[in-house]
Amino acid sequence: MSAAAVILRRACRDLAVIAGAVGTVLLACHVVLGAAGIHGAGACAALFRESLGTRYGFSESVVKATPLMLAGLAVAVAFRMRLWNIGGEGQLYAGALAAAWVALFLPRCGIPRVMLMLPAACAAGAAWALAPGILKASLGVSEILVTLMGNYLAMLLADHLCYGPWKGSTTFGFPMSDRFPADADLPTYAGTRVHGGLAIALIGAVLLWALLWRTRWGFQVRVAGSNARAAEYAGYRIRRDVVVVMLISGALAGLAGGVEMAGVLHRLQPRFSPGYGYTAILVAWLARLHPLAIPPVALFLGMLLTGGEQLQVSAGVPSSLVDILQGLILFLALAAEAFLRRRHGEARHPELSGSPAVEGSGD
Amino acid sequence: MTDAMGVCAALIAAGIQAGTALLLAALGELVLERAGVLNLGIEGIMLVGALAAFAASHAGVNPGLAVACAGGAGLCMGLLHGSVTVLLGANQVVAGLALLMLGTGISGFFGQRLIGQTAPGLDSLPVPLLADIPLAGRAFFRHDPLTYAGVLLVPSIAFILMRTTWGLALRAVGENPEAADAHGISVVKVRMLASAFAGILAGIGGAHLSLAYNQMWIERMVAGRGWIALAVVIFSCWRPYRALFGAYLFGLVGAATFRFQALGSPVSAPLLQTLPYLTTIAVLVLVAWRSRRHTMDAPAALTVPFRREERR
Repeated sequence: MSAAAVILRRACRDLAVIAGAVGTVLLACHVVLGAAGIHGAGACAALFRESLGTRYGFSESVVKATPLMLAGLAVAVAFRMRLWNIGGEGQLYAGALAAAWVALFLPRCGIPRVMLMLPAACAAGAAWALAPGILKASLGVSEILVTLMGNYLAMLLADHLCYGPWKGSTTFGFPMSDRFPADADLPTYAGTRVHGGLAIALIGAVLLWALLWRTRWGFQVRVAGSNARAAEYAGYRIRRDVVVVMLISGALAGLAGGVEMAGVLHRLQPRFSPGYGYTAILVAWLARLHPLAIPPVALFLGMLLTGGEQLQVSAGVPSSLVDILQGLILFLALAAEAFLRRRHGEARHPELSGSPAVEGSGD
Repeated sequence: MTDAMGVCAALIAAGIQAGTALLLAALGELVLERAGVLNLGIEGIMLVGALAAFAASHAGVNPGLAVACAGGAGLCMGLLHGSVTVLLGANQVVAGLALLMLGTGISGFFGQRLIGQTAPGLDSLPVPLLADIPLAGRAFFRHDPLTYAGVLLVPSIAFILMRTTWGLALRAVGENPEAADAHGISVVKVRMLASAFAGILAGIGGAHLSLAYNQMWIERMVAGRGWIALAVVIFSCWRPYRALFGAYLFGLVGAATFRFQALGSPVSAPLLQTLPYLTTIAVLVLVAWRSRRHTMDAPAALTVPFRREERR
């Protein structure tokens, strides 16, 4: 079989897995809604009616897909090396905090503040991921638990700032900051809330693909992810790469928080993210950790989030429905992949299989 | 002086109360990890367990049976994780995260109507005679039945794990599944049983939160305890007695945080609430630092899926 045919067959199989998972999940959605006393074929279809049927709904899906793309790229680059950075949510909050600080407190200095907010967000996200990276590389501390604890820390820090020092004077007592000045806004497209962050995310996807698949360093990272021992024998500096990959991952997640601030919210609020950092894990996994597959998958999940919001408003369905669906989709995708892999023998994507993480225990 | 000791006794009692959910969840996870499987979804299982117990008690089921309901709900979650990771050999880290999303969603979705409701909880059960010892009685012998059950589980699990053929089989499966398989032990069966056990205990741990510790249902009330339980397992170096110590230590930090908050501290409430999470990181670093010389004793096959037809 020619190489092109192999690639085509794989792509078809991956698509079939995703389509099957989504179909099954819509069925499950029907059952869950029925269990909660909401019947009728309309309830479940409503999940996608808005986002596929109306201009507003579609644009809202794109707005939600934007941070999902950036955070999804963050997860993908780390998981490629089998570094389980599940602290995307915390790094996103760290990025948002830094962006908000620049917007609120930096004096005017000639260039629009938004030009400084986004680099600051990247730096803060990277800084938030640096400690787990260094601890992993130097002492072998579980990056899973340290990055996760970082989520709670960053969210509580945002709470502290919103209820205390950064609480605005024009917010009628609500715990949030004042609106950022106008030069802290990203441009929006044609009367929608879709903002410049989308372009940044798409460029980011291409750049990350180029970094991982078109540079020697990217090759080393991918080798370290699929066979840590081989990478060690080849003399790659794995410990250094662990730190660098964590920095890149954190910067991307931080950027997601930054564009959410500058593009959508324009003020810091406590708990502003509906779990983008966690949904990003689902995005990255469904995209099989491939940067170029992340934008379409993020759009699909953006639609799911928008649909969930619509159902909450129109039918009073708790927004947790979306969490259930996300968990089910991930389970089904995992099960389908593992099942196919068993049937077809050897693992095609070792970095996607269940083997342990870099250096020692996976815990 | 006696006053200060009274406060100490109360704090220890509160630490034990707060540590029980951690202890139950950590013991289950410890057994599961000894069999070579990592379940990161403990937080999700605890949420579902907490809701199941509270909903059952709210519906008029007696609290003891409500705890059993939580165990049943946890069992289902544990088996779900087991069937994907053990039977199919899928990635354990990602499956755990899927379980977390599912548990958060299920508990949030079906728990919405129970927010702000009350239900009969687990009453404390003073141990006869011992409860009347001046300070120690208050600190150690006036707890709910689940707390005692948690403590009694520790020697039982330690005994089964280290002194019985079952325990040997389970540890063999976690250290070297190929050898265990060659010896005639069914790796899949052992790992599925361990998954079920970990699920039940995490579910009951959740029940302790909603029936004894808080006696109400709050969305996402587990608040990271499932993750801290995972840290307790690492802290314990996979040994049950150390897990008891670790769980109560973290319980004490949680209880102290709550106390400071109630007393009114100069530090804002959100910053104070970071204390348990900061402690967790600090403890993980200390454990890793100490184990630079001697090994961590992590089960050798942890997170490695076993496929009989594949040779390594």
